[in-house]
Amino acid sequence: MAQKKKTRQPSSKTLPKASTGIQGLDEITGGGLPRGRPTLVSGGAGSGKTLFGLEFLVRGATQFGEPGVFMSFEESILDLTKNVASLGFDLDRLVAEKKLFVDHVSITRSEFGETGEYDLEGLFIRIADAIQRVGARRVVLDTLEALFGELPNPGIVRSEIRRLFTWLKQKELTTVITAERDQPDKLTRHGIEEFVSDCVILLDHRIREEISTRRLRIVKYRGSTHGTNEYPFLIDDQGISVLPISSLGLNHEAPAERVSSGIARLDGMLGGKGFYRGSSILASGTAGTGKTTIAACFVDAACRRGDRSLFFAFEESPQQILRNMRSIGIDLEPWVRKGLLQFHAARPTYGGIEQVLLLTHKRITSFQPSVVVVDPVTNLLMVSTQNEVRSMLTRLVDFLKTQGITTIFTSLTAAGALEASEADVSSLMDTWLLLKNIEVGGERNRALYVLKSRGMEHSNQIREFVLTDDGLRLLDVYLGAEGVLTGSARMSQEMREKAVVTFRLQELETRRRELERKRQTFEARMVMLRAEFEAEEEIIQQTISESELLGQEVVQDRGQMVLSRQADSSSYKKEGRSKVAPVR
Amino acid sequence: MPTTKTITKVRPRKPAPRKPVAWNLRLYVAGQTPKSIRAFANLKAMCEEHLKGRYRIELIDLRENPQLARGDQIVAVPTLVRRLPQPLRTVIGDLSNSVRLLVGLDLRKVD
Repeated sequence: MAQKKKTRQPSSKTLPKASTGIQGLDEITGGGLPRGRPTLVSGGAGSGKTLFGLEFLVRGATQFGEPGVFMSFEESILDLTKNVASLGFDLDRLVAEKKLFVDHVSITRSEFGETGEYDLEGLFIRIADAIQRVGARRVVLDTLEALFGELPNPGIVRSEIRRLFTWLKQKELTTVITAERDQPDKLTRHGIEEFVSDCVILLDHRIREEISTRRLRIVKYRGSTHGTNEYPFLIDDQGISVLPISSLGLNHEAPAERVSSGIARLDGMLGGKGFYRGSSILASGTAGTGKTTIAACFVDAACRRGDRSLFFAFEESPQQILRNMRSIGIDLEPWVRKGLLQFHAARPTYGGIEQVLLLTHKRITSFQPSVVVVDPVTNLLMVSTQNEVRSMLTRLVDFLKTQGITTIFTSLTAAGALEASEADVSSLMDTWLLLKNIEVGGERNRALYVLKSRGMEHSNQIREFVLTDDGLRLLDVYLGAEGVLTGSARMSQEMREKAVVTFRLQELETRRRELERKRQTFEARMVMLRAEFEAEEEIIQQTISESELLGQEVVQDRGQMVLSRQADSSSYKKEGRSKVAPVR
Repeated sequence: MPTTKTITKVRPRKPAPRKPVAWNLRLYVAGQTPKSIRAFANLKAMCEEHLKGRYRIELIDLRENPQLARGDQIVAVPTLVRRLPQPLRTVIGDLSNSVRLLVGLDLRKVD
């Protein structure tokens, strides 16, 4: 915020302005209150007028070197000092250092009317004296209208107040005049706004549905552009903070760096690398789908990397979250001890939506985390309307993006309206993880998918999301003819499939064995046949050779007979042999 | 605003049981304006009439001693402060309305 203030350079043509130093107010007013002129701050009882004035002076004295005078018409100096000590303002020290002068103007009510003409020269002299003592450039008159109640003849008071304003303007004092507003159609009880023409700021403290919100509006600011909206503001231990964050443009950096989600499989679904650094992630889902767990995983991963993380728990206490996460093997406690992880747990109902936003803001500014978790964002709806929550979230997301902080918002959605994220926050988010319960076979199982993720290739598949004793696992779901199966249905389906496969394998084996057997039979038979054949062949061969032998013997025998008979001549022998041969 | 009728009913205050005390009156003004001169004259006349011999008037010009305005919580001028007798009483204006002045200083009571 401090950097922004520096970049805003008031041009010489515009009205010179006096920085208030009040967080956010200088942004709405474009630099502060009109310098050297009176500003009217009006509001109901307890709307923070006195504090506004005091902070204006204290910041002026400490940050801008402009001493101030505080004229209190209601509270005593002691009371004032005590009241603002809780906000870190040490009035006594500033008074001792001559940076501030506090005067309590207490008028004893005159019961008898005036005894003749009078004027308020006494007050003028007192203010002038106070200004001169510290060389004041700023004056606060808290609540000037008290004069009407205590002094007779309102006509004189009015004309004197008019004179006072002219006088203050002549002295070029930047003045804040506070006034009580008791009717909604009037700015001040006695109509002194008519004397203040330059700047009128309205403080409002309203209760809606039992939750109070403080609001600030600039009713008029002559000669200057200004934010015209009602801006929520907060009074806490650092004074007033106004929320003008909506004035930011959409010009934040878009780092290409990626950070792991802490769940390897989820990183895989997000293009293999996880989220973009500085992006906003929405994890939405029905009750009990593991939104906080996803956030805790991410925080765990961030702390492992050495990044600071800030966890806004709007539903559970830090101890509860630590315990629950430990049960699934995510131990965040060491990170808390190391100072890497901070929890901020509060019910948003504690102080309204603006307060939540401001607190988040302040925490983030002071802790400077790289990772922020808002769990759950939907709890904010309890304290405000959808519109307000949306505008608050827009501001928060813009702020976080400017700071380059990666943020997980969890959002509880009503069953049946899964993709309609509450308060239509989805369009603000870069990555949307949707968690849902799938009901199959009498049980509910968690499933996760990436609904959108800007600027990266992401998986379009549903993963079953299992919480185990040692962390979070994402499993493929069974997708088949029966649809998406998870949990035991998935397991039984897987078993069934396994059984089918085994059966097939067995069948195959049987066939194979049968074939082998057949082959063996065949081969055995072949051996037998061959043996038979060989046996027969042998016998036949034997027979053949025997016959041959026999034939030869016959011829030989016949020859020998011829020889022995010697019946023929040698020529007959040849003939006879050839004639005999065919007989064989 | 008391009407003329009620004023006629105003009667002198019963004398205090103790001895008459000394009156210490302080008149705050801002410079020598017609109003402050008139106030002083009116005061003087009243004292001479009702408190002769037992009063003392301090005239304080805030233009000269601005820091004194805080002590008696002076906002309007002229302002007359009855410091003694106790309790402190304050009357605002140029004191030209003598009845209101007497009532304011507790010299007369309204019935």
